[in-house]
Amino acid sequence: MKSKMMNKLSEWLTDEASALEREMEASQERAADEDEAALTPAEIRWAQEEKEEEERIARRLNEWTDETGTKISRTLYSILCLVICLTLIVLLLYTVTELPSFGSPDHPINNEVSARYIEKGLQETGAVNIVTGMILDYRAFDTLGESSVLFTAAMVVLFLLRKDKESHKYSPLAKVMHDNPHSDTYYEPKNDIILQKTAFVLVPIVLLTGVYVVLNGHLSPGGGFSGGAIMGAGLILYVIAFGFAKMRRFFTYKTYQFVVLIALLTYACSKCYSFFTGANHIPSVIPLGTPGAILSSGLILVLNICVGFVVTCTMYCFYAVFRKGEL
Amino acid sequence: MLFVQNFPFMTILLTLICAVVTSVLSGRNARRLTIMMLSVVTVMTAAVMVYTLSTGDSYVYMMGHFPAPWGNEIRVGVLETTMMMVFCVVILFSFLGGMLPSIREIERSKYNIYCILVDLLFLALQALVYTNDLFTAYVFIEINTLAAAGLVMMRQKGRNLVAGVRYMIMNLLGSSLFLFGIVLLYSITGHLLMENIRESVAVLVETGEYKVPLTIVVALITVGLALKSALYPFEKWLPGAYSNATPSVAAMLSSLVSKGYIFLLIKVYVRVIGFDVICSMGVLDVLFIFGLMGMIMGSVSAVRAKTTRMMVAYSSVAQIGYIFTALGLRSEIGIVCALWHMAAHAATKSMLFISCAEMDDACGGTHLRKNLRGAFYHSPLLALAFSLGAINLTGIPLLSVFMTKVTLVQAAIDVGGRHMGLVLGTVAISTLLNAVYFLGTAVNLFTPTKEGDEVLPPTVRKNRYTVVGLIGLIALNLVMGVLSQPILTALAEGLTRFA
Amino acid sequence: MQLLVNYEETAAIILFCIGFSTMMLHKNLIKKIIGMDMMDAAIFLFLASQGYIEGRKAPIVAGGVQSVEAYINPIPAGLVLTGIVVSVSVTALMLALAVRLYYRYHTLNLDEIIALAGKEEV
Repeated sequence: MKSKMMNKLSEWLTDEASALEREMEASQERAADEDEAALTPAEIRWAQEEKEEEERIARRLNEWTDETGTKISRTLYSILCLVICLTLIVLLLYTVTELPSFGSPDHPINNEVSARYIEKGLQETGAVNIVTGMILDYRAFDTLGESSVLFTAAMVVLFLLRKDKESHKYSPLAKVMHDNPHSDTYYEPKNDIILQKTAFVLVPIVLLTGVYVVLNGHLSPGGGFSGGAIMGAGLILYVIAFGFAKMRRFFTYKTYQFVVLIALLTYACSKCYSFFTGANHIPSVIPLGTPGAILSSGLILVLNICVGFVVTCTMYCFYAVFRKGEL
Repeated sequence: MLFVQNFPFMTILLTLICAVVTSVLSGRNARRLTIMMLSVVTVMTAAVMVYTLSTGDSYVYMMGHFPAPWGNEIRVGVLETTMMMVFCVVILFSFLGGMLPSIREIERSKYNIYCILVDLLFLALQALVYTNDLFTAYVFIEINTLAAAGLVMMRQKGRNLVAGVRYMIMNLLGSSLFLFGIVLLYSITGHLLMENIRESVAVLVETGEYKVPLTIVVALITVGLALKSALYPFEKWLPGAYSNATPSVAAMLSSLVSKGYIFLLIKVYVRVIGFDVICSMGVLDVLFIFGLMGMIMGSVSAVRAKTTRMMVAYSSVAQIGYIFTALGLRSEIGIVCALWHMAAHAATKSMLFISCAEMDDACGGTHLRKNLRGAFYHSPLLALAFSLGAINLTGIPLLSVFMTKVTLVQAAIDVGGRHMGLVLGTVAISTLLNAVYFLGTAVNLFTPTKEGDEVLPPTVRKNRYTVVGLIGLIALNLVMGVLSQPILTALAEGLTRFA
Repeated sequence: MQLLVNYEETAAIILFCIGFSTMMLHKNLIKKIIGMDMMDAAIFLFLASQGYIEGRKAPIVAGGVQSVEAYINPIPAGLVLTGIVVSVSVTALMLALAVRLYYRYHTLNLDEIIALAGKEEV
């Protein structure tokens, strides 16, 4: 009985989905010749009346605002802002006078929380770098959120700037690029010999430094984010010197999607594991290793590598879509 | 630990994983996956809600291997799960209800980004409702802001981009103030976890230490979150964002995003600082005054609005005013009323946005209020949903918003004095204004068109997703109307355990 | 003269207010974004200065010493790390939006952009 109903429901929704797809295709076609869309007489009359009325109102408003309105409201707004800002500065500076002295050890934040991080952090997380141990193990949920913020921003930037098959219908920016494929935004480097030779030497060094910083995140200052930013800079330098055509041989939009997908999934799944075992008081089976060795501190190394990949790709992706609208 | 207690953590991670997977899917599969994920999360949340209601107690869930002040944790109780349940149902049916317009209006090859942002918005909302740690709250507030701004811009028209940029600027200002607030709070208490801050604050209040910094912290957090939830003097960004976005986005923004921030504010007041400390600070009086002003000014702007969606958007300002007024009454019952109105308004406003956007489309796409005449005769379900929302927000007995008004008046009478007079007067004026614009529009829907009326020929699209979405939302509204008393009791019960 | 003792915090507050007024008073979108970044940076400076303890080292365990007296407080450093990434994401998004708006309206003045958008059809 139930399965029958489910079947029917799914059939119904599938039907609907295909109908929606058709609708979508139709609307895409419509969007192309929207200007020529036939209007009914009533519609035209409506539009005209509305327009006239709006223009009348706008004219009246403009006359008034042009002369006095803008100035007055602008001045009032500035004064208000200044007053708010001055109040804020006085209040906050007063707060500073009440805070404990800079650099003193008896600050309220030096309490049992930081004490445990320092005293037991090495044993509990396996990370020599206490800050890394704290953000990737003790407070891992925050850091998961932080990676999600980066992912969100990357998605919105891709949405706004990436040029797709139909983007020129929606965005003047994509239209400019579509119509003038050889304009400045499409610029590929000529044989800039100094830049290319320098990059030839520098890019491997930069990338290696990035890898080093990522892999040693639990041992020394650094970690996934800083190392990823360095590696991203290496990729950007490469693309400036050698152009997108060469870059595309090993890094395309598909690569970006794939790397980010795998890295974030690994991240989320390993956190799933550690949150679940932690909350249910199941001991984790992942060994922490010898402190100070590269292969130590359990999941922290894996997480750093994942974050490193995500940040590298996202940095390069930001550069590429800003410069050219595609990867 | 029972297995069902794991569900909140699982829903959060499931949402995140779905968002990540969606980034490589096609638009159609992205849509399917999102619907599936939203339904699964709704069912799981329902299970947790039943569990918490049956035990009546709350529990904390460690996010990792380390207990309270060292690791992150989430807290699950009656209040959180009840609110989350309403939010889940609203987001599911809003997504379904606005499916067709979203497909029509969003660039086809980027449809999956729309689904990703919906997922991330939902992720942030869950984390905000459940979190027990202020810094986690900040991180997820930023996800919420970025995802919401992206969703506002989904249509890519000029107005959308402008609405998006105004939304971002106001919201980032709010986030910065909020972040400064929690940083200051951290530096005077030394904790980020809500319970521990509560203990430290109690000590500080007793000894009288850091009195001014504490007040500044409360002011910064309040102003930051009020900016983000569009309390009256900060509401300039709201109408543009809500009225130009695609309908399901408008529904989600008005019913979920702003509510998430207010829920966090209530959490900060009750769980972090302590409500009696807040009451002695005078911040609530400011909220009270601005809430009252919002109730009136929002309604006045709504009466003057020309398009239906603008009207519904401005009415959100008025409803936010109700919530802050209830919060400003300095009484437990006031908070219960605010919480209830958050749920009631979420259910109603999403229905209004979706039905009015589809009706606008059906009536020639001019979006003008006067153009909706006789809509009932070609799209009956849309008109019925809209009128149900309209009469609900006006405050007709047996429906959910009526209970808000009753509770608000009751709370005001308990407080007495000047507060009572102000609340009674403003509620009366606001109800009158509500009746003018909402009932006026609703009656217009049922007025048959005569010969010679300048009404555009209707273009009705058959579309089952909208039917499913709207019927779901209508059912939610009716259920909330019928069960208002038990839900209010549960919220009051949850609030006593919240502190 | 606690203000001079807490000179890092004082500087952070002044920076925050400069950022705040830049964001509120300038019409240019890029300047608004710069103001916003300054506000965030000021908060991070404030937070980082909270964790500093005179004469102690960075919290990386060296030579097996694990006493509280040896290292500064690691928590603010971790929070700043998290915050910086959030701030970078926000900046990227705002800049992308500024690019799109510039190509549509050929100006970065927000008032003009709003006026131009108001004239567009719905």
